[in-house]
Amino acid sequence: MTHSIQVKDLSLNFGSVSVLKNMNIDVAEGEFIVLLGPSGCGKSTLLNCLAGLLDITDGEIWIKGKNVTWAEPSDRGIGMVFQSYALYPQMTVRGNLSFGLKNAKMPKEEIDKRIARAAGILQIEPLLDRKPAALSGGQRQRVAIGRALVRDVDVFLFDEPLSNLDAKLRSELRVEIKRLHSRLNNTMVYVTHDQIEALTLADRIAVMRSGIIQQLAAPQEIYNRPSNLFVAGFIGSPSMNFLHGATIDGGAAFQFASTKINLAGYEGGAILDRPKAILGLRPEHLHIQDHSEPGLTIPAVVEIDEPMGADSLVWLEAEGGLKMSVRVPVERRMAAGTPVHLKVDISKASIFDTASEQRV
Amino acid sequence: MADVAIHSATVVRPRGAKPKTRFSGGNIMLYGTLFVVSVYYLLPLWVMVMTSLKGMPEIRMGNIFAPPVEITFQPWVKAWSEACTGLNCDGLSRGFWNSVMITVPSVIISIIVASVNGYALVNWRFKGSEVFFTILIFGSFIPYQIMLYPIVILLREMHIYGTLYGLILVHTIFGMPILTLLFRNYFSSLPEELFKAARVDGAGFWRIYFQIMVPMSLPIFVVALILQITGIWNDFLFGVVFTKPEIYPMTVQLNNIVNSVQGVKEYNVNMAATLLTGLVPLIIYFVSGKLFVRGIAAGAVKG
Repeated sequence: MTHSIQVKDLSLNFGSVSVLKNMNIDVAEGEFIVLLGPSGCGKSTLLNCLAGLLDITDGEIWIKGKNVTWAEPSDRGIGMVFQSYALYPQMTVRGNLSFGLKNAKMPKEEIDKRIARAAGILQIEPLLDRKPAALSGGQRQRVAIGRALVRDVDVFLFDEPLSNLDAKLRSELRVEIKRLHSRLNNTMVYVTHDQIEALTLADRIAVMRSGIIQQLAAPQEIYNRPSNLFVAGFIGSPSMNFLHGATIDGGAAFQFASTKINLAGYEGGAILDRPKAILGLRPEHLHIQDHSEPGLTIPAVVEIDEPMGADSLVWLEAEGGLKMSVRVPVERRMAAGTPVHLKVDISKASIFDTASEQRV
Repeated sequence: MADVAIHSATVVRPRGAKPKTRFSGGNIMLYGTLFVVSVYYLLPLWVMVMTSLKGMPEIRMGNIFAPPVEITFQPWVKAWSEACTGLNCDGLSRGFWNSVMITVPSVIISIIVASVNGYALVNWRFKGSEVFFTILIFGSFIPYQIMLYPIVILLREMHIYGTLYGLILVHTIFGMPILTLLFRNYFSSLPEELFKAARVDGAGFWRIYFQIMVPMSLPIFVVALILQITGIWNDFLFGVVFTKPEIYPMTVQLNNIVNSVQGVKEYNVNMAATLLTGLVPLIIYFVSGKLFVRGIAAGAVKG
C-alpha cells in the first residue's frame, strides 16, 4: 500500500495554546478520509496544515513521498474546496478555473483542455462565462470543486464543503462527491461535523476531539466498536444509551441498579471485574418485548413515542430515572406508561471503563 | 396568519394605510428644525456668492443679503489671475496648481502604501504585526504641534525642507494611520477563504493583492481617495510651515490674499477667492456623496 499523505508527529501551537497534539495519520492512495469532530476540535486546522496555509510547530507532512512540511500550498500537489466556496467574485467561472493554471504559467491550449474536461465532469459547461454572483449555491460549490479538479492533483482537501447548502442539495452533492471519488480515485481528505456525511463518504473516519484523534477506523468499526466514550456518544443519532453500573462475576455480567445483564457473547477484550463501568447500547440494538428474560432484559416504562417516517423512536425510563431510546418499526405504536422489557443484543454492545473512558 | 386574526376579531378595526396628518406637532418640529439648520448653513454661502458677484460700490451700501443689482464676474477673474500676495501678482491660480502638485502625488502614494499595509496586516501577519499596527495608530493621537519642529529638522537634514517633495512626504506619512486602519478593517471583512484559495492556486503576495484584493475593494479606495483629497487640499498648517511663498498651497495663498493689509479690502475678490478654494472639496463631496457614506460604513464598523 503506497502512502499518499503521511502526517508524522504533527503538533501545532498558537502561542501557549496547543491546538493539535502529536498527530500521526497515514492515508493510502485513493483513500477517502473524513475528519469528524465537534466545533473547535482542530479538524479544519489540521486540513489547513496539510494545505500549507498554517505553519506547524513540530512534525512532518509528506505528500506522495515528498516532504512538504515547509512547501508552499501550490507546490504540494493539493486542491482545496472551501465551505464558503471562495470563488473570486470579479472573475467569470472560466477565470476562476484558470487562475491557478495561469499562475503556474501553463500554456493556453492546456488550460482550455483542462477546463473543458473539468467542466464536462461537473456539468458546468453552460456556466463558464458567468460570474459567481449569478450562480446558485450548488453551482458555486461545483465550480469550487472544478477549481481543484483542473489542477490535476493527487490530493483533494475539502473543508466542510456542503455546510452552506440546504438539506436537499447537500445530499445530492454528497452523492456527487462520492461519484467523483470513485471516478477519479484521488486521495480525499474531507472535514465535516456532519456524521451522516462522514459515515456515507469515508473509507476511514478520524474522530477528533480537542486536537487529538480519538479513533481512526472504517465507519462501521467506528459505529459498532467506538474506542472510547466520546466517540460512542458523538457518533449515532440519537446517541447511544449509557448504563452506569459495574461488571461482576469476573466479567460475566453487568450490574445496573437491580438488573443483572449477562455479558456472554460480548465482542471485545477481557471484561474483568470493574466496580465502575458503563454499558453502551445503541437504540437499534435494543428490542422491546412484554416478558422479562432474566439476564437478557432491562425493565423500563414507555414515556414518549416519536414516529419519524421510516421508523419510530420510543423514549423510555428505566430504573433510577435513566432515559433510554429504542428504535422500533413505525407500525409499532407504544402508549405512554406501558411497562416493557428491553432485550439486549450483547454482541453489539460496548462496555467502557468509567475511569479511563476506554472501550473494554 | 395576520389576516385570520383580523377577521376573527370581534371589534371592527379601520382598514388600509394609517392616515397621515401633515401638520402634526412632530412634523412641524421636524421640518422647522431642518429649515432653521439649513438656513444657518446656507446663509453664509448665500452672502459669499452674492458678495462675489457685486462691484465694490454696491458692497459699500451694506446690504450683504441683497442680490447684486448689477452682476459682475470681475472679482472672480481678479481672484484667479490678478490678486497679489507679497511680490506675486498672478492670483490664486499659482496656489491652485501648487495644491494640485501637492495633492495628487500625496494622495496616490499614501493610498498605495496604506492599502498594501492594511493587506499585509490582515493576510500576511508577521511576528509583531499587531505591535506595529498599535504604534501606527498611536501615532495619530499625538498632536501635530508637537511634531512640527522635529519634522522641520528632519526635512532640513534630508535637504527637502521648503520643497514640494518635503510637503508631499509629510502628507503621505500623516495619512498613513487612518488610511491603514481603513484598509485593514476593510480587508479583514473580506472572506479569509478567498485569500487561502488564491494561495492554493499559487498566487503570491502581489498577485493576490492586485488580482484578488484590489478588484474587490473599490468602495474603500474611493473613500480613501475622498478623505485624502479633501484632507490634503484643505490643509493649512503643514503648507505654511513646510513650504515657501512661491510654492504655497492654495489655502495658504487664500489666507494671504484675504489678510493683506495694504489698500482697500476687496470683499468681492476675497469671497470669490474663498469660493474658488473650496470648490475642489465641494465637487468631490457632491460627486461621491453616496459612495462616501457607504465606504465609511464599510470601513469603520469592524474594529
